[in-house]
Amino acid sequence: MSGEGLTVRDLRVTFDGFKAVDGVDLDIRPGDLRFLIGPNGAGKTTLVDAVTGLVKATGSVRFGDEELLGRPVHRIARLGIGRTFQTATVFEELTVLQNLDIAAGAGRGPLTMLRRRKSVPEAVTKALETTGLTDLRDRPAGVLAHGQKQWLEIGMLLVQDVKLLLLDEPVAGMSHDEREATGALLQRVSEDHTVVVIEHDMDFMRSFARSVTVLHAGQVLSEGTVAEVQADAKVQEVYLGRASEPEPIAASLPVPEEA
Amino acid sequence: MTTTTTTPAPVSPPPVSRPARFKVPGAFLLGAVLLLGVAPLALSDFRLNLLAKYLCYAIVAVGVSLAWGRGGLLVLGQGVFFGLGGYAMAMHLKLADAAATGQTLPDFMQLYGTGDTLPWWWQPFANPLFALAMTVLLPMAVAALLGFLVFRRRVKGAYFAILSQALAAALSIWLVGQQATTGGTNGLTDIQGFFGYDLNDPVNQRMVYFVIAAVLLLLMAAARQLFVSRYGELLIAVRDSEERVRFLGYDPANVKLVAYVVAAGMAGLAGALFVPAVGIISPALIGIVPSIGFVIGAAVGGRASLVGAVLGAIAVAWAQSTLSDAFPAAWTYLQGLLFVLAVGFLPGGLASLGAVLRRRRPRNRTTATGETA
Amino acid sequence: MTVVLNQSFTGISIGAVLLLIALGLTLTFGQMGVINMAHGEFIMAGAYTTYVLQKSISSAGVSLLVALPVAFLVAGAMGVLLEWLLIRRLYTRPLDTLLVTWGVSLMLQQLARDIFGAPNVQTAAPNLLTENISVGGGITLANNRLFILGLALLCVLGLTVVLRLTPLGRRIRAVVQNRDLAEVSGISTGRVDRTTFFIGSGLAGVAGVALTLVGPIGPTMGTNYIVDAFLVVVVGGIGQLKGSVITAFVLGVLQSVLEYSTTVSVAKVVVLVAIVAFLQWRPQGLYTLRTRSLA
Repeated sequence: MSGEGLTVRDLRVTFDGFKAVDGVDLDIRPGDLRFLIGPNGAGKTTLVDAVTGLVKATGSVRFGDEELLGRPVHRIARLGIGRTFQTATVFEELTVLQNLDIAAGAGRGPLTMLRRRKSVPEAVTKALETTGLTDLRDRPAGVLAHGQKQWLEIGMLLVQDVKLLLLDEPVAGMSHDEREATGALLQRVSEDHTVVVIEHDMDFMRSFARSVTVLHAGQVLSEGTVAEVQADAKVQEVYLGRASEPEPIAASLPVPEEA
Repeated sequence: MTTTTTTPAPVSPPPVSRPARFKVPGAFLLGAVLLLGVAPLALSDFRLNLLAKYLCYAIVAVGVSLAWGRGGLLVLGQGVFFGLGGYAMAMHLKLADAAATGQTLPDFMQLYGTGDTLPWWWQPFANPLFALAMTVLLPMAVAALLGFLVFRRRVKGAYFAILSQALAAALSIWLVGQQATTGGTNGLTDIQGFFGYDLNDPVNQRMVYFVIAAVLLLLMAAARQLFVSRYGELLIAVRDSEERVRFLGYDPANVKLVAYVVAAGMAGLAGALFVPAVGIISPALIGIVPSIGFVIGAAVGGRASLVGAVLGAIAVAWAQSTLSDAFPAAWTYLQGLLFVLAVGFLPGGLASLGAVLRRRRPRNRTTATGETA
Repeated sequence: MTVVLNQSFTGISIGAVLLLIALGLTLTFGQMGVINMAHGEFIMAGAYTTYVLQKSISSAGVSLLVALPVAFLVAGAMGVLLEWLLIRRLYTRPLDTLLVTWGVSLMLQQLARDIFGAPNVQTAAPNLLTENISVGGGITLANNRLFILGLALLCVLGLTVVLRLTPLGRRIRAVVQNRDLAEVSGISTGRVDRTTFFIGSGLAGVAGVALTLVGPIGPTMGTNYIVDAFLVVVVGGIGQLKGSVITAFVLGVLQSVLEYSTTVSVAKVVVLVAIVAFLQWRPQGLYTLRTRSLA
């Protein structure tokens, strides 16, 4: 697959003196399915926040030839970078179809906006199929199960025609079956998109990651394939406090909610 | 957030009835028949004139429903736009009245004025077309300016409400201070004619009523179109999660700005029509208190429901003029109580009463919707 | 020059009144996200408390000193009652709270009219406070305004001590910074909310006592100040004492100097324009809590 890759150089984010991201370099090639892992406070979400324009950062983030830092959030989104949040944020009072239609609509002219939707855009139909939500399209998004909301969010990114998806813990709180379904969905999506996933669930990471970056204390600790990263002594130490077999890297360490 | 407990596998959620779509053409026709047919036949001249006044408040409520009900913008300063529209209209009518009696200055300027010449900013209002355009464009321009500055910097929620309220306070205080050119506390009063028609003639008062009723129906139809359009869906999305919309590539500031400016234009038009119906516009009609009053009707009837907001505004205005003269104290308590009960305990207004009662019925299976107000 | 200085002093005393009112608002707004429109009526309650006390205690000086704590308690109790009856039920709906408390404010005004009558009433100020001090150069300072300034600074000091040094203050600051975390750490946020409301509303009562020294007492006296006080909070930054103090004095002086050089009405408009312009530069207000939260 061709297209733009994400190139991060010496990215730094500081909150009142605290270095949340401290000089990160990252290269994500087009078509990758990259997992970002790391202990709590490693700077994973902040990294994504910086890329998407939510927090101020220094350094450089390039998407293809475009420098992203300094652009407003909605401009970055229009370049083809979409993200989800740890808490699924869909428009609860609108139906699944309306959610997707809005996502597909940035850049619509005023005349289209002022008219009622007459037919379902093709991209929306496709996204409904990809995410398996076709039967639920007229339900208010608020009544969807947790996993379905996450899928809807991913579907919204698809119709938004993004090239790069940044997913923040998409399988948190999901049942085993939902995780498997989500993993399969991500693999389907990554066939023609670049996907970056922040995840705590190591089983999920092992099953679906194409490449992995480990962050620790705002810096890149290790990078490579799943096997390479698992074999890295530094990673084992950070996760377990001692160099040993990395198997029980527990999935659901409680993460403080960012309210 | 990982603290969520594992949810069950994605079985289809319990069936939810979609919000009953309001039958548009039927109800619209019914409204038209009631307003344009039944009311003029059934009501005396005096009562029809009162209804005309209530309908002006209802026009403001249409805009409030759009901006607040759909857009989540608590517009506490609609009095500003109502006032700008009203003063623009009244300035023209005062000039026309003066011209009809061979004067160059409106009566109050002859009393309090400092000179024999009309202030420069009064002069263009002698032109009827200019004045008419200004009744809508002036409020929209002010709303656009404030909205642009405020929404662009993501000033929202309570901050926006306070600022819009402060604007209402500032305008009414400013008007009071300009006795010589705006009539001060008295406002512009004693308006006699309306584009050549004598307002003391009951027939012409009826005509004014028909104009107001027709404008209300038109604006309701226009607002209805906005509600069901893609823009209407986007506006709800912005209300519920502005940040998410931003990540979809929209600028929520523009979405909100449109709703705010349209609501301001409607309030301006309402103010302009209020002047021939009531014969006065004054700072007391546009300050903080009346500005909040514009919101209460929509809150009682149902802020998110167009018809609810309009009926609520009419009902509250009716209650006010019926009760406030006879029992001023009782009316104030009732008004306060309306705010507490309607906003506090029935946020969807009377329009949601049916749905609320249905939900209370124990037989009903609980749906998974969280109360996110 | 002397005129400007005199006018600035008047402005500082206006700022002191705004500060007394805004202190309570910034506490409740900052902690609970609650816009309490009935705050103005707590001012009124404080003022009427002074009036009632002066009827039973003839000495103006003694009644003024007694009125300060009593007004604090009366207004504070009203605040707690309001919080307990209504506001805690509307948690997470700040805009609705604004409208509901506006309704409460309407009813309280009417209640005052029914009890004390619609016309304004006056209290007599102690002799000491009706005099002026001349500090030379043609500048005179009115004692009553000096008293208000002192009172406001004393309240800021007291509140700072409470917030910084007491366990209650630590709990309040914890809830302001992260309500959920405070709750799971074993803080009864409900009780803290009520205490905050008590203090905030009580300060409004004290402001009411101060206002009796510079103007008449009437049912709508609170509404005249409430919008300005909210603007102080908005500009100062939510939950930030420092911001409120600076903003109150700056707005007070600005208003007062503009009133002198133009008119009251123009001054209002100019101040509002200045505030909107300021928010272009700092939309979160003068001082903010930096957090990672989305909203």
